[in-house]
Amino acid sequence: METVTEPTELLRFATAGSVDDGKSTLIGRLLYDTKTLFDDQLAAVEAVSSARGDDYTDLALLTDGLRAEREQGITIDVAYRYFATPRRKFIIADTPGHIQYTRNMVTGASTADLALILVDARKGLVEQSRRHAFLCSLLRVPHMVLVVNKMDLVDYSQEVFERIAAEFTAFATKLDVPDLTILPVSALRGDNVVERSPNLSWFEGPSLLHHLERVHIASDRNLVDVRFPVQYVIRPQSNKYRDYRGYAGQVASGVLKPGDEVMVLPSGFTTTIASISTADGEVAEAYPPMSVTVRLTDELDVSRGDLICRPNNRPVAAQDVDAMICWMDEKTPLQRGRKYAIKHTTRSARTIVKELQYRLDINTLHRDEAPDGLALNEIGRVRLRTTVPLLCDEYRRNRSTGGFIVIDEATNRTVGAGIIVEAG
Amino acid sequence: MSGPAGQKGSIVGDYRVSHLDALEAESVFVFREVVAEFDRPVLLFSGGKDSIVMLHLALKAFAPAPVPFPVMHVDTGHNFAEVMDYRDRKVAELGLSLVVASVEEGLASGLVSEQPDGVRNRIQTPVLLDAVEKHRFDALFGGARRDEEKARAKERMFSFRDEFGQWDPKNQRPELWSLYNSRVHAGESIRVFPLSNWTELDIWHYIAREKIDLPSIYFAHDREVVERDGMLYGVTEHLQPRDGEAVRVERVRYRTVGDATCTAAVASDAVTVEAVIADVASTRITERGATRGDDRVSEAAMEDRKREGYF
Repeated sequence: METVTEPTELLRFATAGSVDDGKSTLIGRLLYDTKTLFDDQLAAVEAVSSARGDDYTDLALLTDGLRAEREQGITIDVAYRYFATPRRKFIIADTPGHIQYTRNMVTGASTADLALILVDARKGLVEQSRRHAFLCSLLRVPHMVLVVNKMDLVDYSQEVFERIAAEFTAFATKLDVPDLTILPVSALRGDNVVERSPNLSWFEGPSLLHHLERVHIASDRNLVDVRFPVQYVIRPQSNKYRDYRGYAGQVASGVLKPGDEVMVLPSGFTTTIASISTADGEVAEAYPPMSVTVRLTDELDVSRGDLICRPNNRPVAAQDVDAMICWMDEKTPLQRGRKYAIKHTTRSARTIVKELQYRLDINTLHRDEAPDGLALNEIGRVRLRTTVPLLCDEYRRNRSTGGFIVIDEATNRTVGAGIIVEAG
Repeated sequence: MSGPAGQKGSIVGDYRVSHLDALEAESVFVFREVVAEFDRPVLLFSGGKDSIVMLHLALKAFAPAPVPFPVMHVDTGHNFAEVMDYRDRKVAELGLSLVVASVEEGLASGLVSEQPDGVRNRIQTPVLLDAVEKHRFDALFGGARRDEEKARAKERMFSFRDEFGQWDPKNQRPELWSLYNSRVHAGESIRVFPLSNWTELDIWHYIAREKIDLPSIYFAHDREVVERDGMLYGVTEHLQPRDGEAVRVERVRYRTVGDATCTAAVASDAVTVEAVIADVASTRITERGATRGDDRVSEAAMEDRKREGYF
């Protein structure tokens, strides 16, 4: 078995596609071929498969977790799966293709380094593939992989693959897709999933797993703009740490160092970083996604929801925010004039929908001007007014300080996801 | 999968973070978020390795301040002595405040009644919920991981429970980025799973890296066992051999720690953390499948218990 001396990296990816595209089979194949699948899991799947009279083991059954899903043969929710190779640990956010696709896709994509979109080689691009690609670009997933599956059913045809690849590439140029890779595979036969396949000898690119293990993700983080939302103030209140005040939080972006001149927002006071530490001791630098405790040289009134940045590189402090909202509630639509709670970084606020500018048809990218509201799974552009300033950046520049969630104040349900387009 | 352990604080390259550091940072974030936003959090502590790792992360999240919430043990009365010793030692050493939700007391007061098979896994749920109500806990940290079981693969980091403590898989809140919705009405609560994204192997690598001590039953030892349903059960005062079952001594260790009447051991020679990691890396059976009689009842056993308020 291969061994590595250096620690492995974590890669989160979201998968999109329907059962018909062979998504569950592909995930089953990745788990099986990386020996993540256990004998008792396989035995359970084999038992169900043979009881149903399948003539092969339906690896798709591995991903149907809940009773309702098995009974209805559908997937309700985002499921998280894990596998590892000596190079990387992978977290898959497996999102269902058919029902409530937008809500789940947006949820899975929000934390993904990479999105994997499946198409059936026989069918080529369908409406759903374009929709998935659009949502991944909206959520700024840095890497996209189009997997052309079921190549065995088109005789491993290079021509079929290249036609689909050309069509998708043309579509993707209209979107914001920083990195696109297109791969032919057969998940059922295992061609080009883990190992390259003689059946696809004309294909010169890597296997899917090879790509997942090596795609360069370290530069995806924003290491330029220092943003440290204060999450919690640590005050031990013991004799030993009588005057200790530590600002705990996770670095959203940028690199912080002791001695750096920093500004605390919204107050605008400047000071310097006295020290940065974790429970294991002081560190020389802090960068995403580290959770650290920052101490400041001057005694300032800093609390949860404040943000530490550099004086010459600040987020916008805005109460008027233009955002794209994906609506996630089946009960009530988003409407102009309604008030909601929002959570943005470690800050909570109330907001009113001042304007609903348009609803986006995510199949055609057509704008439906002045709609009545946004129903479940609909996306539209709104102007919000908030009770307190949000310390924010445009989402395209910063996924951490550009995203927020919308909460219904009566039901406490999370009803929407927002992406800041413009603030000021 | 040998060797992805990672040294503490290790940087993979330029500003890169090892996967264990990324997992630790995420868990620490979750602990701080809960303490910042809830009034009365509590950590469910069974003395099992996952709850021990969870406690270790809680210590790190608030250092140099002490852990700002109590720990709660749901005590079925069917305990491993080594685990109880460990619990009491840790509580004393760290100066923790311990709440015991006792199934024995629940039986005595009539809150619950003994099941025909004597297994107390199911009746611990009302005891837990009763303690939550009594202490008005609004956030409960649990050590569940999504890799453990199919129903858990869809669990949220912040899992909403209604005023009956019930989990409704169709009515969970979407979780985006690291923005967790912690709003609840009085009587409702959130189960928080800071180890959601950890696998069994991650836990063991982390135990090795952080040099976390564990109850001795996690390492190979000689124990009197009986074989039942293809699993090895330790013979204790609570688990006696049935007719036709032969007691024999085997070299075993435990992969999970739960109620002693439904938690089985596995044959193993692993006496060190490193040997356990090698064991885990090469095993072909899931930890719950190998050791938990309670999950074998039906394909949806875990899902059903979760709906009732199990953790």
